[in-house]
Order: sequence, then C-alpha cells, then structure tokens
Amino acid sequence: MNILEVRNLTKKFGKFTALDGVNFEVGSGEVFGFIGPNGAGKSTTIRVLLGILKASEGEVKIFGKDAWKEAVEIHKRLAYVPGDVNLWPNLTGGEVIDLFVKLQEGNNQSRREELIKKFDLDPTKKCRTYSKGNRQKVALIAAFSSDADLYILDEPTSGLDPLMEQVFQECVMEVKNKGKSVLLSSHILSEVEKLCDRVGIIRQGQIIETGSLDELRHLTRTHILVETKQPVSSLNKIQGIHEIEETARGLTFQVDTEELEHVIRHISQFGIIKLESAPPTLEDLFMRHYESKDKVEGKVSGGVH
Amino acid sequence: MDLNIFANTGKLFRFILHLDRIRIPLWIIGLALFTLIVPPTFENLYETQQDRDAIIETMANPAMTAMLGTGDLENYTTGAMTAHNMLLITAVIVGLMAILLVTRHTRAEEEEGRIEMIRSLPSGRLSYLNATLLVTSGTYIVLALFISLGLYALGIESIDLEGSLLYGAILGGTGLVFAGVTAVFAQLTENSRGTIGWSVTILIFFYLLRAITDISNEALSWLSPLGWVSKAGVYSSNNWGPIFLMLAVSLVLFILANYLNSIRDLEQGFIASKPGRKYATRFLQSPIGLAFRLQRTGFIAWAIGMYILGASYGSIFGDLESFFEGNEIYQQMLQQAEGASIAEQFIPTLMIVISLLATVPPVMAMNKLRGEEKNGRLEHLLARAVSRTRLITSYLILAIVNGFVMISLSALGLWSAANSVMEEGLEFRMIFSAALAFFPAMLVMIGIAAFLNGFLPRLTHLVWMYFLYSFFVLYLGNLMQFPNWVGQLSPFGHVPEIPIEDATFMPFFLLSIIAVGLMLISFVGFRNRDI
Repeated sequence: MNILEVRNLTKKFGKFTALDGVNFEVGSGEVFGFIGPNGAGKSTTIRVLLGILKASEGEVKIFGKDAWKEAVEIHKRLAYVPGDVNLWPNLTGGEVIDLFVKLQEGNNQSRREELIKKFDLDPTKKCRTYSKGNRQKVALIAAFSSDADLYILDEPTSGLDPLMEQVFQECVMEVKNKGKSVLLSSHILSEVEKLCDRVGIIRQGQIIETGSLDELRHLTRTHILVETKQPVSSLNKIQGIHEIEETARGLTFQVDTEELEHVIRHISQFGIIKLESAPPTLEDLFMRHYESKDKVEGKVSGGVH
Repeated sequence: MDLNIFANTGKLFRFILHLDRIRIPLWIIGLALFTLIVPPTFENLYETQQDRDAIIETMANPAMTAMLGTGDLENYTTGAMTAHNMLLITAVIVGLMAILLVTRHTRAEEEEGRIEMIRSLPSGRLSYLNATLLVTSGTYIVLALFISLGLYALGIESIDLEGSLLYGAILGGTGLVFAGVTAVFAQLTENSRGTIGWSVTILIFFYLLRAITDISNEALSWLSPLGWVSKAGVYSSNNWGPIFLMLAVSLVLFILANYLNSIRDLEQGFIASKPGRKYATRFLQSPIGLAFRLQRTGFIAWAIGMYILGASYGSIFGDLESFFEGNEIYQQMLQQAEGASIAEQFIPTLMIVISLLATVPPVMAMNKLRGEEKNGRLEHLLARAVSRTRLITSYLILAIVNGFVMISLSALGLWSAANSVMEEGLEFRMIFSAALAFFPAMLVMIGIAAFLNGFLPRLTHLVWMYFLYSFFVLYLGNLMQFPNWVGQLSPFGHVPEIPIEDATFMPFFLLSIIAVGLMLISFVGFRNRDI
C-alpha cells in the first residue's frame, strides 16, 4: 500500500515552473531517498506535501487524503524536519520540543528524555545560542519523539557531526523496523545508500529516475582494478568500457554493468594477478545524471595495450 | 593607540552607504517633505498676526505644552508657530529613525552572523561600528542641511536663515544623540530586539520627562535632550547652546560605545542570558500560547508605557483647572459645550493621541504573524496538526485583546493621575467610554492588518502608511483646517468626541462591521495562499 502518492505535480511561481509533472510514491514501511542538486525542487516538493504550498496542478495524497485540503488530519500522523531549522531565539530547546510534540497531538515523555540524552542536547539553553547542528537536533528529537507513520526529513543531517549522524541513522532504522515510512531528502549520498530502499532523482523540477538502488545500479558502471601478467591489449575496442587509466597499482576502468561478462572474459586471457571490483556508488549515478551528457560521453580515453 | 582596530573603516563606510542607498534618501526626503509642507500651509491659513494670536488662545494651556513643548507665544510668527507645532514631533521621529538605522548595522548584523564575516576579513575590531556611526553622522548632516536650506528657500519672512539653520541642526543633533544611545545599547544587549526596545524606552522616557517638567518646572526640562529642542527657541531667540550640548552628549556616547565594544566578545552582551526552562509550561503548548509568549515582553513594556502616557496626560489636569480659573475669556470660549466641564473638553484631543499610539502594539501583534512566516517558523506549526484558521485566529485574538488592554490601561492612567491632582475628580466611566469609543476604529486597523496578512503578505507594512496618514490628519487636523473628508478617510475620524459629543450608535456599528468583515475575509486569504 502506498502511504504517499504524487501524481503529475506541477508548481508554478508566476512564470517560473519549479515543479513540472513530478510523479513518485512511497510505500508503507519504505525509506525513500529523494536526491537532486540544489534548486532542483526537492524542498518545493516537500512543502507541497506538507500543504504549505498549494499545487498548481496534479494530485498529492498522503494516507489517501488530499495534502492541501486535509493537511491537519494528515499532520497528526506525520513528522517533519526542515533542512534549515529556524527557531524562536527566546525559547529554550526543551520548550520548543514540548511545543512541537504537543502540537503533533501525541505525547511521549520517555522517548523525549532518551533522545535528548542520545543526541547530547542541553534543553535549558535558549535557541539563540544553538549552532546549526543543535537546532537540527531539536527538530530531530521532536520528530522522533512523536509516534508518526510518515517521517519527512529534508536534509536533516547537514549540520550534524559524524557521531550524531550515526545516532540519526539509528533512529531512522528504528522507525523503519517498526514499519513506518520515511521520505529522506539528502545530499549525503552514503547516508541515502545506507538507509534507503528506493531512490528518486529530481532535476529541474522533473523526476528523472526512480527505482531501488539495485535497479539503478544496473544502469550504471562497476569500477574495476586489475593487474595482469601480460599487458591488456585492445581494451578500448570493447563495448561499454570507460575511463581507462593506468596507475601504479594496475589498470583501472569502469564497465557498464550489462557488459561485465564480456569484459572479464577478455581480460582473463592476459592472466589475472589481482582483480578488485567496486559496486557503482550513488555518487556515480548522481554525477552521471547531472553532468551534461556530451561531457560524460566524450571522456573515453584509449591507447592502452 | 593601535590604528589597526579601525582598519578599512572607509571601505565599510562606503559599503554601508551602498546597503542603505535607498533607505536613507527615503527617510531624508520623507522628513523634509513632512517639514516643508507645513509653513506655507500656516502662511495661507493664518495670514495676519491677528489670526495667529487667535490660535494662541488654544495653544496656551498645559495640555498643549505637554504635547508640543514650549513655544514663543509672545511673538507667534509663522516661523515660531512652525517650530512650536512641528519641531518636537519631527525630532521624535528623527530619534526613532536613528534607533532603527543604527540597530540595523550594529546588533542586528552581529546577531545574523554577518559581522563575523566582516571581521574575518582584514578589517579592524571597531571598524564596522565606526563606519556605521560615520554613515549616521553623515546622514544627519545632510538631513540638517536639506531641511535648513529647504525652509529658508520657502521665502517666508519670519523664517530667516539663522533660524532655519538652527531648525535643521536641532533635528540633526537629536539624531546624533539617539544614534549614540542606540550604539551603546547595541553593546549592552544581546539581540536587536533588546537594542530597539531599550533605546525606544529611553526616547519615550525623555519625551515624558520633558512633558512633565515643561509644565511643572521648565528649568528641569534641561535634563531631557528632547527638552533642548524647545529650549533652542527656533525662529525667536535662536539659542545655539542646545546644539553644543547635543554634539557633546553624542560624542561621549560614541566613545562609550567604542569602549564597550572593545572590551566585549563578539556576539556577547553585558546582560548575560540565563539558562531557561527545561520543559514547556502547559500554557506555551498551543499556537496562541506560543504567539503570546513571543510577544510577552513587548506587551508588558507597551502596557506600562500606555499607563504612564495616560498618567502623564492625566497629571496636567490640575494645572489645567487652575489655569482656566483665572481666565474669563477662556471660560466663555470653552463653555459652549454643555454638560462638560472645562477640563473634560480636552479629553477628546488627548484621547486621539492616546488611541493612535495604543493602536501600534495591536497592529504589531497582528503583523507578527507575517514576521514569523518570513523567519520560516510557521512551517514548524503548519507541518503539525495546526490548521491555518487556528493559527490566524490566535494572532487575531491576541491583537484584539492587546488593543483593549492598551486603551483601557491608558484610560486608567489618565483617570488615576487626574484624580490625584484635581480637586474634584473625573468620573471613571466617562474617561473609560471616551477611550473605548476609539476601540472600533482600532479594530478596523487590526482588520486591515489581518487582511494584508491574508491576501497581500508582502505588503503588510502598508497598514503603517495608513496609520501614519491617520496620525498626520488627526494630529494636525484642527490646525491645518483640512476639509472633513480628509479626516474621515481614517477610521479614527469617525469617532464621536466623548464627552463633548454624544455617543451615537451608527459610527460604532459601521466601524465594527467593517472590522469584522475584514477579519473574516482575511481567513479566506490566509487559508488559500502559499506560505
């Protein structure tokens, strides 16, 4: 069952089209990664999901309800952490957490204490004195102390230290194990890779790719490092090989995943001493989608025997 | 002394000028226009000395002195009349301008972390403060010259060159003094709200100190910089002493601000912040509780201020009484209105000023909604189980209650002070109804603010333009002899003058209907727009 469904969502600000027919869905118990470069429309999408912006066209449903008309009902079961957390300078962190949890209409006092300890936050300090990371902690503690069914997290870890990011990942895994859904927008691709079941990539207001990481990997390349007894010849004539480079440790190149079999068969003729392969990272995927096409294609270098 | 701490002040000076390239000229042009349209109007309305002498009759009483300061009533030329009616109020506005301008480039920039960036560049520790003070000083020199030459260029006989130069210099000097006050508070307080709050408090304190001492003991008015404004005797005795006092005081304040800045750490104040509550009180945990909590300090400060304002005006009633006792012409002139005592006839005039000022905090309370939106904090609430209707209703209720409290407290202040100085006290019911008569007009202003919040969130400050219009036409209305409709374009122009006039039902009813209508429509706008 889908918790969240976005159909043909378009949002215009005057003449500028920020979102242009966005489609995706998040299933029950699924962690969905939402990635894209700055200004691609991630936060705009999220603000439409929250009923803060009104869609120009299209349909957004959360828990089967309309995100604009039934915002309040939806929000009783939803927790949100914005990327840029602006808090009231004259309230303390503890006060803000209580306020947020109360407005959610849930109450989980023991969870609050546990999370404050875990995230190592001083709740008696005024928000004015908090750093960006600490303000984010306030929003995260409030979100995870509530018993929501859907968590919408908009770049929630951009100000956290690695230790706290670990705590954050634990929190996400915990809600995932309870069968809750998460929409995670992030620039930290290793985090998305670790946490997300499926990923959607948005660019210039359009979703250009969605699917599970495995599915997406299929579209991309595997890194290979190989050392052979004899020099490998005519490698550049084989289809699907890119970025060949000779290094001190051996020969490195990238292979389109569907061509892997051919390539390995070819290399094995030259007597393999060492073979290392690394799965394509999300970063490769990301880069491949964002760099303009001609630039990627033109990089193939040859001349290795 | 190590000059490095002032490094690059010149570049920063130009940078700040660039930032304020529109704001400062607008202030200067606005103030100049405000000043320059008055003398020709007076010249037209009061052509002969007899005409002006007639108006003196209504000026020469403690109520007017409390409001406008002392003036040269012996020799009431067009020039003296302009200085008497306009100089003090303009000086207060200039003071307010200095407070906003200096805060913007000192504590506000520091709070936003921009001074940190400037300091990381090769600029000195005191450079930004002094660049700000230089820009402010330059602004006031230009303002003074502009207004001086403008007044002189009007070519009115009694508006001579020396008096005009002094007129401009007084305004510039007042600006410098309050720039100094603000620069000092920018060091003491930890955030820009505190800086503005404290500086405005000082401004109001000096105004009230002057009002009370002008009536009771004029020599003591020398204690208030705003008292110096009338002491200069512009267009009569032309006394330059106050200018030197203003320059000396602002120099001392500038040096003090520099000293305090040099001994403190960046982003710290001298009034340390204490740790706060670990848990939110039950009261805070709702949108309306939060909205109130955010405005609490301002609300209390305004409430005290309105009570003191009422009490200051109330305290002149004793003098009013004894003033009229020995003056038969006055008694004849004013006795026309039946059923109201002489003192009571001044109540509507005072109430207009009081009610206009009491409208400021509720309109601010309503516009806080937009402020929260701009700071990206409404998202936190709307992303939770809070409906938009509930949110705007919270702010609306707070604004309405705020207005009621403000106007009631000033009425209470006026009544209690008047009672303590008069032989025969005033009736509280009468004072209270005279004040409350303005409440529907106030509701219209709140309604307009709500409407703008709902439909035109980028233009919420338009309500202040309308407010300034109301202030201008009602404050100067009688003197300028505007046609009736000019005053009636403002909701405050429809309020019956209790206790002189009877309270009629229609204006209250119509104003209330308009107010409620605006508020209800604002809900529709707020529910249907992007945040």
